[in-house]
Amino acid sequence: MTGATTDTALSPETRPLEPIAPSHRFVSDALDVVVRSIVPVLLALGAGAILLLALGRDPITFYSNVWKGGIQLTAWQDSAIRAAPLLLIAVGLVVVFRANIWNLGYNGQFLLGAALISGLGPHLVASEPRWLALLLLFLVAGGAGAAWTLVPALLKARYETNEIITTLMMSFIGVGVANILIKGPFQDPSVNIPQTRVLPLNKMLPSIPGTRIHIGVLVALAAALLVHFVLTRTSFGLRLQILGANPRAARHVGVKVPRLIVMSFLVSGLLVGLAAAADILGTWGYVRANWNPAYGDTVIPFVFLARLNALAVIPFVVFYAVLSTGGDLATQQASLSTDFLLVLVALILLFMTVIEYLGRRRALGASYLTPGLQQALRSPRLRRRTSA
Amino acid sequence: MRGGRFGRPPRRDERLRTESLNRKAAIPTGSQSGRESERDPADAPAVELVGITKQFPGVLANDDISLTVRHGEVHCLLGENGAGKSTLISILSGMVRPDAGEIRVGGRMVQIDSPRAALELGVGTVYQHSTLVRALTVLENLLLGETRGLRLDVEAARARLAEVAATLGVEIDADAPAGELALGRQQQVEIVKALWRGSRVLILDEPTSMLTPQGVAELQKVLRRLKETGISVIFITHKLHEALAVADRITILRAGRVVGAIETAELEGSSAEEVQGRIVRLMFGEDARAVADVAELRTDLEGEQAPLDEQRSEAATLLALSRVSARPVGGFDPGLEEVSLELAEGEILGIAGMDGNGQRSLAEVIAGERALSAGEIRLYGVPVERLDVSARQKLGLRYVTDDRLGEGIVSSLPVSLNLFLKRIGQRPFWRHGRIEHRSVEREAQSLVKAFDVRTPSISTRAGALSGGNVQKVVLARELSFEPKVVVFNKPTYGLDLRTTSTVRDMIRGLARGGGAALVISTDLDELLDLCGRILVLSGGRLVGEVENGPNAGERVGELMVGAGDVAAA
Repeated sequence: MTGATTDTALSPETRPLEPIAPSHRFVSDALDVVVRSIVPVLLALGAGAILLLALGRDPITFYSNVWKGGIQLTAWQDSAIRAAPLLLIAVGLVVVFRANIWNLGYNGQFLLGAALISGLGPHLVASEPRWLALLLLFLVAGGAGAAWTLVPALLKARYETNEIITTLMMSFIGVGVANILIKGPFQDPSVNIPQTRVLPLNKMLPSIPGTRIHIGVLVALAAALLVHFVLTRTSFGLRLQILGANPRAARHVGVKVPRLIVMSFLVSGLLVGLAAAADILGTWGYVRANWNPAYGDTVIPFVFLARLNALAVIPFVVFYAVLSTGGDLATQQASLSTDFLLVLVALILLFMTVIEYLGRRRALGASYLTPGLQQALRSPRLRRRTSA
Repeated sequence: MRGGRFGRPPRRDERLRTESLNRKAAIPTGSQSGRESERDPADAPAVELVGITKQFPGVLANDDISLTVRHGEVHCLLGENGAGKSTLISILSGMVRPDAGEIRVGGRMVQIDSPRAALELGVGTVYQHSTLVRALTVLENLLLGETRGLRLDVEAARARLAEVAATLGVEIDADAPAGELALGRQQQVEIVKALWRGSRVLILDEPTSMLTPQGVAELQKVLRRLKETGISVIFITHKLHEALAVADRITILRAGRVVGAIETAELEGSSAEEVQGRIVRLMFGEDARAVADVAELRTDLEGEQAPLDEQRSEAATLLALSRVSARPVGGFDPGLEEVSLELAEGEILGIAGMDGNGQRSLAEVIAGERALSAGEIRLYGVPVERLDVSARQKLGLRYVTDDRLGEGIVSSLPVSLNLFLKRIGQRPFWRHGRIEHRSVEREAQSLVKAFDVRTPSISTRAGALSGGNVQKVVLARELSFEPKVVVFNKPTYGLDLRTTSTVRDMIRGLARGGGAALVISTDLDELLDLCGRILVLSGGRLVGEVENGPNAGERVGELMVGAGDVAAA
């Protein structure tokens, strides 16, 4: 097989390529989106099935358990709740990634916001009306997340310092500061474990009537829609896109690059902070020291799968939320570690890279298939040889 | 034998010289072309390409190219950008491997799969852009190519340099830092480097693009010396008059194919006009008529000059720079030092100079992309140095960048948006921060039509367009909505001649319509073709002014060189 394909791969392709007619362009673009986004997920699920078989588990049972635990009956509501912080972080990352800025400090931004509102929350809800207290807490979390991006933002805007390094460093500091706050001033004096006081259930985010879904989910959806609108329809969004696609062009056409860098960082940090508020005020009600859900790490592959599109992020995040909610049940039933779900995410990333590579070849005028593979599929002689 | 090569370079060269003498003796004069079938390997042409084909994704760069280069001839490859010249020399110099075809060097079929292999076969290449390490001396640069043995034999290398320099008929200071040499001298070092190991074939890729007229004359002398020693030269150019000046034979490429050749007899036998007409027809086929007036295709550059604008002294000054300075940028741009100039209505003012002498700073300072450290810029008498890019754009002060792919367009955005990149957020294309798709599209359609941008649609990604069409997009953006003063930085660099002709007509049209153009170019022919007055920029300073007229080219060249010497001293 390999011998045969290399033979044909070396044969010269001298036929000039036909230009793609504009009418086919739209269809092929749409196909492109499907191929690049959904195929990696399907391939990962397929590879996951093979892995399950190798481990002696039944993949059909496993995936149907995921469905049972993530969607059926009222399980979809749990999935929706789980999706809220993920979606807010994903959208926050879309904003900066579009500008080719890598805010990787989401863990610090998230935990700092979470620690601040779990510390201040019990006091605020006691003294203020519930809606005002919750609104203030959302603002505090968002503000904390935004403020924590300020140092990397200014360094990048002023000195072009690499933000991957600075945001990561600030993230470690943020996680540390959050833990100090939880063990220090915000420590619940009535317990021995390092954690904050617990918000009373009736003071947390209200649910949508008839469901368990808290309104943080709506906040997340609204944020995704708003960000999508801003990125695609406004001058700010276009400037951001230009900065991301070609920073030298941005400077050339008169975009005020430093200001734009700081702005996009602040918006990103704000959204990550809001994710903390939605998660703490909607789901947990308190924070324990050394708790780090690392939502951002899980969500990054989906941000890329969604091609940095804030709307397209929604189905992917929902997909992951279902996978992880249902996966709790499925892995338990199959007596596997929940880490198996991370294996699935990793497989998605892997296949995404492969498809991306093939897609780039195609963008250069070639096909998704390598020439050797193409020949092998086309030529009946070869098919005979491989089967013989 | 190889091991001894470097240790005793003179002896080896003696051998080569006798070889070439023997070869000459073996061939009865005049029979060279007559008995091709019976020749023995020693008579074989220096290089022979047979059926070379190279396909890149989406483009057939070389299509069945066959070519013969004889000993001791200067063989010109002439063709527009994209005709396949560069691919062909990349194949010969071992940078690219052909999909099909044969290469024979000295009659022997060879595989050239690396630049080193090319050198081993005696094929040396001088690329368009310098490959010298600026901080090292000439001698050190030459020693960089030596890979045999651990010890560097500096004295032998010095002797070899003197010897090759003598062959070329030039003087090269072995201990001068390469970066401090004039560009013409640097090119000579590159030629020495290419001949270092006794190459018999020398490839020169667009060798005159960086040279002053004086440098070009000196290069021609070097070429004559090389011919006398029996070395074959493959000379790549897109300028017709250069090809006619140096070539023994000319091969014309178009769209990856050989479309014709002019033999020595024809070059010597017929008049310049006849040959020129024939070449233009070969290069462009049907379109020959449309491009025949472009400077690159004329042989009589000094005779016909752009008309001087008689009324210039009375015309209003549109743009005035007084003692403008700007800080240097990295190691590439020396910034500006007290640059003063005035640009009058209807004028096309040229800025000549070698690359990296402050051209970019000058353009960006005027456009508002770079802050000035001192001085004043006035547009219609009003100071504008505090205004940003889009404010100046709105006032009619425009900048057509030389780096059209790098910063002129955003290749992932559609053509329509690229046309309005400098008006983001402005009415009527944006209202309250929201884009008005309908007015953007309507205006984009009419701009695409007016500037003849060949694009499948206005929603096509700008990066999918050809170089010429990208330039038209940039021009449409900068020359629409009442342009008054436009800075053109290398406006036709890398464009095919049809587009070049169109762009120059646009520049003339702008000046005729009451605007003014500042044309920055490293191509002296272009400036002589367009401008009434040419200023020379060197080391970030204006070092002189030349009125266009007879011998203007020489005087500009002298200024470029003279100032360079002063700066180095």
